[in-house]
Amino acid sequence: MAADLVVQRPEGLYCPAGDFFIDPWRPVDRAVITHAHADHARRGHGHYLAAAPAEGVLRARLGDITLQPLAYGEAAEHRGVRISLHPAGHVLGSAQVRLEHGGQVWVASGDYFVSGAGDDNRTCAPFEPLRCDCFITESTFGLPVYRWAPQREVFGAIDDWWRANAAQGRASVLLGYSFGKAQRILAGVDASIGPILVHGAVEPLNAAYRAAGVALPATQLATAVSDKAVLQRALVVAPPSVLGSAWMKRFGDCADAFASGWMQLRGARRRQGVDRGFVLSDHADWPGLQRAIGATGASRVIVTHGYEAVMVRWLAEQGLEAGSFRTEYGSEDPANDAEAPA
Amino acid sequence: MNRFAQLFAELDASTATNAKLAALQSYFAQAAPADAAWAVYFLAGGKPRQVLPTAALRAMAVQRAGIPEWLFEECYQAVGDLAETIAHVLPPPATRSDVGLADWVQQRLLPLRGAESAEQATHIAQWFDELDAAGRFLLVKLIGGGFRVGVSKLLVQRALAAQAGLDAKLVAQRMMGYTDAKAMPDAAAYARLLAPASEGRVEAGQPYPFFLAHALDTAPAEFDAQLGPSGDWLVEWKYDGIRAQLVRREGQVWIWSRGEELVTERFPEIVQAASALPEGTVLDGEIVVWKDARPAPFNLLQQRIGRKTLTKKVLADAPVAFIAYDLLESQGEDRRDRPQHERRDLLEAALQGTLLQLSPEVQAPDWAGFAALRRESRERGVEGFMLKHRQSHYGSGRTKADGTWWKWKIEPLSVDAVLVYAQAGHGRRASVYTDYTFAVWNRTPRDVAEAQAVVDAIERREPAQPGALQLVTFAKAYSGLSDTEFAEVDRVIRQTTIEKFGPVRSVKPSLVFELGFEGINRSPRHKSGIAVRFPRMLRIRSDKPLHEADTLGHLEALLAITGAGTMAAREPTQ
Repeated sequence: MAADLVVQRPEGLYCPAGDFFIDPWRPVDRAVITHAHADHARRGHGHYLAAAPAEGVLRARLGDITLQPLAYGEAAEHRGVRISLHPAGHVLGSAQVRLEHGGQVWVASGDYFVSGAGDDNRTCAPFEPLRCDCFITESTFGLPVYRWAPQREVFGAIDDWWRANAAQGRASVLLGYSFGKAQRILAGVDASIGPILVHGAVEPLNAAYRAAGVALPATQLATAVSDKAVLQRALVVAPPSVLGSAWMKRFGDCADAFASGWMQLRGARRRQGVDRGFVLSDHADWPGLQRAIGATGASRVIVTHGYEAVMVRWLAEQGLEAGSFRTEYGSEDPANDAEAPA
Repeated sequence: MNRFAQLFAELDASTATNAKLAALQSYFAQAAPADAAWAVYFLAGGKPRQVLPTAALRAMAVQRAGIPEWLFEECYQAVGDLAETIAHVLPPPATRSDVGLADWVQQRLLPLRGAESAEQATHIAQWFDELDAAGRFLLVKLIGGGFRVGVSKLLVQRALAAQAGLDAKLVAQRMMGYTDAKAMPDAAAYARLLAPASEGRVEAGQPYPFFLAHALDTAPAEFDAQLGPSGDWLVEWKYDGIRAQLVRREGQVWIWSRGEELVTERFPEIVQAASALPEGTVLDGEIVVWKDARPAPFNLLQQRIGRKTLTKKVLADAPVAFIAYDLLESQGEDRRDRPQHERRDLLEAALQGTLLQLSPEVQAPDWAGFAALRRESRERGVEGFMLKHRQSHYGSGRTKADGTWWKWKIEPLSVDAVLVYAQAGHGRRASVYTDYTFAVWNRTPRDVAEAQAVVDAIERREPAQPGALQLVTFAKAYSGLSDTEFAEVDRVIRQTTIEKFGPVRSVKPSLVFELGFEGINRSPRHKSGIAVRFPRMLRIRSDKPLHEADTLGHLEALLAITGAGTMAAREPTQ
């Protein structure tokens, strides 16, 4: 039996044959990075390999790093391991890592989003199903209660909410993670409803997206606007950390909402203490996870972060060889800082 | 149903009273009267009998979703609400329907009760398939009898009053009995709620809305400043029984509980005593078990309420009395706008020649004098004092608009206890560990080292040795902490988990809490053999080392102080 292409090490997921790590959480010499979210792309590694569209965001976040960008689908060979990166549909430049060595193919998914017909994340290349022998999958929303409505319905609801607030002269503050979620919101809403303002943490990422050729509507920094008439009709996109901060005060009596997959459940929604929760996730829902896993044709699946125990048991009952890796990836959504139940 | 589901979602989403009021008004303005009639019923707390046990609904959902039982259970643990879990695990609906709420209840849900189980299953599967998650959530709540919404009856009354241009108090009065278990709201009943003020005859048994008191938590030294001289106030003992309204009209007697339930048949002694009241009299008071010339602990009354049939033995063991403390109507006239002292005079006159008791006025020269008397509360089997301003009117609900009633309760009993088990909460607290089991030492630890040895043994999962020092459980509590404190404790629990038993975690003991509670009695429920009533967390005692937590001996001492092993207390009734 051939040796495993990826194993668990204290530093992160490790490929022994190629002597490199995937999304390591401790400093290592060589790291393959699936995407630029902070829990996957950390500082301090010797060499970075990542998908070409991720380059701008990675450099913006990690500064001066030794980075080798690799176009989607192109292969790099390292110590006999053939490495290629393929779209994961999660955020700009997010990639699945395909490894081929000694007749085996393994794929590490990183975070990914797959959805129903024609409902892809418009701000990045859509998830590409890959055949493999072993699939390393995330399971952030690995419970059957997580099932996303079609994206257009969610954006329709956001538009209605914004329109109704604007009619009452109240700003609509929509909270979502600055990298990925914010741009997805911007690309999805109906920009004709009113002006769009963003928090200072969001704008640099907008610039990176625009530079990569992603179409986003015009945005202004919220701090640069003082005209009440603009503020009262605006959609304001900001990270969740602004909730209850002095920054929020400039909008006076505003409506606030949170965009996250966790908003599916009343408990999480009510804990957030915002007026509305929109169920909008950059992760696969339960049916999406099942579809993605099925499409790989893999007979072996290794589950990383999320409801991993549940997913492992479920997959084993479906006749797959299932196991898990303990990782230090969290959900980027601060809406739920609680760990997944065991 | 879709419109009502939308209203529910709006009420559920907001914590702002004005937003809720606006949502209610917009619903009442649009809804068909028959649908609105049922909406009022559910929003005001009406609960039709359960159509199907929730276990049956759960089994149907598991089958329909095509997932194994264990996976459903995992979902339930994460969601923290059965109806919500069912709503989300089912596949998306195949069709959509828009049957109104009244038709849903009358044509669909009520006939389902007692139908063949195969027929029930067919219908429910079909309904699941025509509703979205919000609709399914409501459906399961309505079928399972667990519908609750974060809106007060007062707010529903305000919305209706605004809709009809009426005084909210009039709507409140018309709504009395509206949510009675046997009630079948319909368009006509809804129209009666909204009828012009001049119309609408009061039905013979119709009670008034109860006036509720506010908790007084200022120090007695501040009373003069806050309340003025004690002489302006009528001071009475606060009884721990069932708040009730006694209606005597047209040769009959009706007894209403504060939950607006007709409980006349439960208390034949009181009906008999009340039949001597003059016609057209309505009294407010407390039903207590009266033994040895004093109120008996509440649990005796509770036992009696639990009995289906009132045998001679039950009547002899737990004789009840009605302690009257206010008069709302005399000679058929509404007296609620008369000042407290006048109503008191009318009350005394009405009680002449009956066997109903008058709640005595407690006398003291000043607030300090009352504070001293209040210390006798436990021995007297009462919960402290009620303060009613002599000029106050009898209001509606928990409002301060009509003069004020204060409840000045005695301090809770308290104990410093150790957190040993934790379980995730429900609803807003799903996936956060908020429900805790507490223990005390079975004896005082000799020193830090001895206590630490016990903790270490627990961590090694060694069973406690009989007779040796150990922690014994006595209470579960889940309230009293802020969200921030809960988050902090949640973190500690996750870090110190020893074992998981389904949803429950055992933790390495490290946290001491001051627990407050209202009563204490012997009970086999906990390992200590003692249970407490209404335990809640007063604060986290981070200043208190584990070995200084309280002991079983301390609980025994509290048992002794409070007399018969139980101490009066329950959900506040006033």
